[in-house]
Amino acid sequence: MPGITREEVAHLARLSRLELKSEELDHFAEQLNDIVDAVARVSEIAAEDVPPTSHPLPLTNVMRADEVRPSLRPDEVLAAAPAAEEQRFRVPQILGED
Amino acid sequence: MTDLIRSTAAQTANAIASGEVSAVEVAQAHLDRIGAVDEKVHAFLHVDTEGALEAARAVDAKRAAGEELGPLAGVPLALKDVFTTKGIPTTAGSKMLEGWRPPYDATLTRRLKEAGVVILGKTNMDEFAMGSSTENSAYGPTGNPWDLSRIPGGSGGGSAAALAAYEAPLAIGTDTGGSIRQPGAVTGTVGVKPTYGSVSRYGLIAFSSSLDQGGPCARTVLDAALLHEAIAGWDPMDSTSINAPVPAVVAAARQADVKGMRVGVVTEFGGEGYQAGVMQRFHESVELLRSLGAEIVEISCPSFTYALPAYYLIAPSECSSNLARFDAMRYGLRVGDNGERSAEEVTALTREAGFGPEVKRRIMLGTYALSSGYYDAYYGSAQKVRTLITRDFDRAFADVDVLISPTTPTTAFPIGERADDPMAMYLADLCTIPSNLAGNAAMSVPCGLAPEDNLPVGLQIIAPALADDRLYRVGAAVEAALNDKWGHPLLEEAPAL
Repeated sequence: MPGITREEVAHLARLSRLELKSEELDHFAEQLNDIVDAVARVSEIAAEDVPPTSHPLPLTNVMRADEVRPSLRPDEVLAAAPAAEEQRFRVPQILGED
Repeated sequence: MTDLIRSTAAQTANAIASGEVSAVEVAQAHLDRIGAVDEKVHAFLHVDTEGALEAARAVDAKRAAGEELGPLAGVPLALKDVFTTKGIPTTAGSKMLEGWRPPYDATLTRRLKEAGVVILGKTNMDEFAMGSSTENSAYGPTGNPWDLSRIPGGSGGGSAAALAAYEAPLAIGTDTGGSIRQPGAVTGTVGVKPTYGSVSRYGLIAFSSSLDQGGPCARTVLDAALLHEAIAGWDPMDSTSINAPVPAVVAAARQADVKGMRVGVVTEFGGEGYQAGVMQRFHESVELLRSLGAEIVEISCPSFTYALPAYYLIAPSECSSNLARFDAMRYGLRVGDNGERSAEEVTALTREAGFGPEVKRRIMLGTYALSSGYYDAYYGSAQKVRTLITRDFDRAFADVDVLISPTTPTTAFPIGERADDPMAMYLADLCTIPSNLAGNAAMSVPCGLAPEDNLPVGLQIIAPALADDRLYRVGAAVEAALNDKWGHPLLEEAPAL
């Protein structure tokens, strides 16, 4: 198994929306390598014919009745927002100017 | 009631119901204790003095009006800071949520309030419940009341330390890989991970949704059972909540009898990496159970040796997805919004500033394990191991009523010893992880002090899903026999703070 390089950590950080500092990249590369080496053992016993388990309970698509119910109060929810305007969350620009 | 802070929850509830003491006096005694010792212990991130006294006054008023009180009415509790509390700061041990006051109560919080339980405050924890020592809290570590230079376990170290420091008789934890049981073991207290799905996750800040489970922490097995019955039960707000009756755990704790039970000793838990004193106390517990009339058999669960690697793929994978919600848009921290940067840049700057190193490691590890080229080898294989572990449990429980093991390989280690060595830290959960992967029920109960360091050792008891009552039968029997032998509960041997 190839090791996790500094460049790979930078890529994972981008995917994870983490603006890592340069010194963090080296430190995490070393630690993630150790961890990945240790956890790769799972493939030793994961035979073809073993079905995967994603959850302890055999549940699929738990539904509730589609009825109007009281929701959280907008003023209480927006009180916890970093920025709000006109009863909406105010966010930084999502699309560029052009 | 001579000593309000050392009484059990059951005793305190009876004393309040009979009018021997008021709920306000009990709450004040605990608030005073917190004021006296928590500077040293740092079990609490937030103490809600006004809210606690108000809840206590409401219990006293109910009693004065002749209304019937629930079995835990007026009993103080320390709540892990991972459950939302309306209007009361909830941080999950992270800078990301510093100052956040949730607009709603978790179902568990609501149930506690309805039971008349007095919530004293919110307890310290590893950030987003990721860790085994509480050192990953963004607000500084918690000390183990047995030795303040040592870790109280994690992630629920604050809850366990609050119990051991007599700051609260009851506490709530969450257990994703051992975060209730391991702190219980290293602080000489009782911790229970109920069957997955039996305690609602609504309002529990998610780390790994297929593993996370809230549960009771206490100083006695009966107190844990009383709290278990107060918080468990179906909740339509949690789609993974089990719609089945809660096992009769209080009756089982009162029964405290193991005669005729078949108890399996998991042979994979022991040997290299296990502290000699931990194994000594464990072997004595096995003999104790035999002397109490249990039939002891050895059981091999070969897949369990793969549980730790499987867990450190599954939990980070789910965490990388769950923690995507911390995007700096709707609540929590926002950093670097200067009017020029895009939302995506602000998100990345905020997550860099708001998350600690362990959370970042796990998010990136999970992102790696789920990425297209590696999915089959890592996350896919881990899911198969999960199946094999569940099969090992099924085979074992076809033969025995419960399984037992040490809760942790070692006693509490010094603060700082494993702080920057993730693999060493992960080993603390070696024995507790299999139950999370399978979703069954497990308890840690104190079984003595390791001779080499005089620190608490925990006995882990594991029962099949929805057979949580068996934990309490066995745990209460062990507790009663050991208290008889010692002449007092283990915690009385802890040094004064």
